[in-house]
Amino acid sequence: MNVTINDYLALSFLIFTIGFVGVLVRRNFLTVLMSIELMLNAVNLNLIAFSRRLSDLTGQIFSVFVITIAAGEAAIGLAIIISLYRQRKTLNVDEADTMEG
Amino acid sequence: MTGELLTGVSGWIFAAFALVAVVSAISVVLARNPIHSALFLLLTFLMVAGLFFLQSAEFVGAVQILVYAGGIMVLFLFVIMLVNVQQLPLADPYQKQIVWAVVLGFCLNVLFDAQLVLGPLAGGEPFRPDAFRTVSGSLLGNTQAVAWGLYREYLLPFEIASVFLLVAIVGAVVLGRRSVEKMD
Repeated sequence: MNVTINDYLALSFLIFTIGFVGVLVRRNFLTVLMSIELMLNAVNLNLIAFSRRLSDLTGQIFSVFVITIAAGEAAIGLAIIISLYRQRKTLNVDEADTMEG
Repeated sequence: MTGELLTGVSGWIFAAFALVAVVSAISVVLARNPIHSALFLLLTFLMVAGLFFLQSAEFVGAVQILVYAGGIMVLFLFVIMLVNVQQLPLADPYQKQIVWAVVLGFCLNVLFDAQLVLGPLAGGEPFRPDAFRTVSGSLLGNTQAVAWGLYREYLLPFEIASVFLLVAIVGAVVLGRRSVEKMD
């Protein structure tokens, strides 16, 4: 069984799509954030696959940056969740509608 | 991996990692209890880290385990603990437009996969394992090679990332603290 870049890319597309559907479908703020992490991880997989395909280290360096951004995003997102829970006693994304037009 | 060692077996290792990663990713989205979602997310992160190792990205795989499976998961579990999800009002965990969202996701996936069919990416020149381990001519490790790029060619993005992390720390502290009058 020979694994090519296409297999890795198909896997990364699949995980990205699952995360995308998760962001759209879930009501719980925590799970939405987890789905965003899934999407970021799929992008990392894509970068690494191309890095290997081109024998170029740049993809690996970029995925280190993506992991950095993901860590910051998780910290801020979870702080927002804590803040929302203190004020509204809920984690439902539909209830955070103060800025709704 | 370097190829010779795992020829024949690596395909099956990839298949196993990919299968578990996809199944646990779906479980992250479907699980009703956020704790189950978090644990499935951990499993997905570990499987993706295994795929990084399989593609000779040892440093990124280690960072994935340390930062994602170590740091971010602990953060998630702490928040789940603080929020006390068991006492939240029970509601339907999925939005009403779930069918449309799944259809949209499927279309998106078909759109992505069309690139694989239309533009053949496989083949070409074979992978050179030394490219990931060569530091200015001498053969060292993957970590040295990544650091060489990170601290020289991508020094400015690296510094910006460190400022970004500082901003994230300050932002998280400001967002997370209680207001002074409520603190008894």
